[in-house]
Amino acid sequence: MEIDAVPQDNNATLNGYRKAVYARDASGRIQAVASSGWEVEEIVTTQAADSLRRQAEEALSAARAGTGSTLAYWMFERRMDVALLAQGSGRWQWQVRRDLLPGRWSALDARTQARYAQALGLTVETIGTCP
Amino acid sequence: MSLAPFAHRHAAHCESGVMANLLTHAGAPVSEAAAFGLSSALSFAYLPMVKIYGFPLVSYRMPPKAIIKGLRRPFGARLRFETFGSAEDGRARLDALLAKGQAVGAQTSVYWLPYFPPEMRFHFNAHNLVIYGREGDDYLVSDPVTEDPVRCAVDDMTRARFAKGVLAPKGLLYTLESLQHPRPAPEHWRRAIRSTCRNLLAPIPIVGVRGMRMLARRIARLDPTAEHSREWVGHVVRMQEEIGTGGGGFRFLYAAFLQEAAEAAERPALAAQADALLEIGDAWRMFALRAARMIRGREPFVPGTLAGLLNDLADRETQFFQTLRRIVA
Repeated sequence: MEIDAVPQDNNATLNGYRKAVYARDASGRIQAVASSGWEVEEIVTTQAADSLRRQAEEALSAARAGTGSTLAYWMFERRMDVALLAQGSGRWQWQVRRDLLPGRWSALDARTQARYAQALGLTVETIGTCP
Repeated sequence: MSLAPFAHRHAAHCESGVMANLLTHAGAPVSEAAAFGLSSALSFAYLPMVKIYGFPLVSYRMPPKAIIKGLRRPFGARLRFETFGSAEDGRARLDALLAKGQAVGAQTSVYWLPYFPPEMRFHFNAHNLVIYGREGDDYLVSDPVTEDPVRCAVDDMTRARFAKGVLAPKGLLYTLESLQHPRPAPEHWRRAIRSTCRNLLAPIPIVGVRGMRMLARRIARLDPTAEHSREWVGHVVRMQEEIGTGGGGFRFLYAAFLQEAAEAAERPALAAQADALLEIGDAWRMFALRAARMIRGREPFVPGTLAGLLNDLADRETQFFQTLRRIVA
């Protein structure tokens, strides 16, 4: 890639940050230049972020309707899935899946609740509610 | 090792950037590209059994910590690694090192670093940065992927250092204790290149050019009508271009290394290979571009086309690394 071909697409996902990209200058030397982003990266990052956001929104409506749990909402809100939450809390995935059932949260013992709170970086009270 | 102010340099990749900056700080001026190449960090692996948000891991470089550890031999460097059982111990140890004026490498989770752009904060646990001081409740941080040094609250940094999950950092800190060869010998440069050729041409189905072909076969099998297939391809591109400056970016970085190596490894023919690799990097970017256009519906979603591009890349890289291997033999 030549230096003048380095994309400067002002990616919204980079929020003003610039990343270093290596390209060839006029004298043929390859060096790092700052790039404000490439549209391609923005497309795929937005796709991934939207997918997580959509899951969070669905979980939120389910939690409000009582057909889902508040823990499920906070899991997606914190950009986690069952695998990540299991690793973060030190629980088995099947336990996490069970704990995501509606109404299950208040039945958990205080120690387990605290483990989820720690993994999500939230307080126990917050996880029991939804915004 | 020295009390000089820490010189921050912007880098394409966190681990090579951290090591280049730490080595330079310790008196061995080295570019990011040299740190990346001398540790033989370029690679390719398709690991369908490792899932990230439910998608397979596609990696364009060696596993985390390969650069840090790979630089020990060429520089004759002694590194000290420390992990901690509790966040409190980890924080105290970091503060003690900083009080001595040390620049300290640390492994963190991107998700918990508040200065990162919100959209970029995914749960990725192997992000490297240098902490070079503390002022009040803030650490002074040289994060190689940011243009300038940043500040990060002590509590946030501690949280990021003790994130759980795959590749959990466990508060990992590393410091350079001593350094024997500020300028690695030409043979070290050649050895590093040979090792990269061996990786890319490895006779293992999920690694190197064979891994690319396996990924191509998997993409060709995707159902063109399913939304999930678009997310699958988007994930591959994201691993390539966004996470640690994957495929195209790593090829450009390695090209910069080969350009330096032409002189440092005493193999002038490497300069032409640097240009050849830039062209391959452009082809990787073309693959990403076509994929993104298909995801957005700007051209019909045809997995077979993408698989074909990937197979072409595997062909070109096979030829490229065979030539490279002959030059440094």
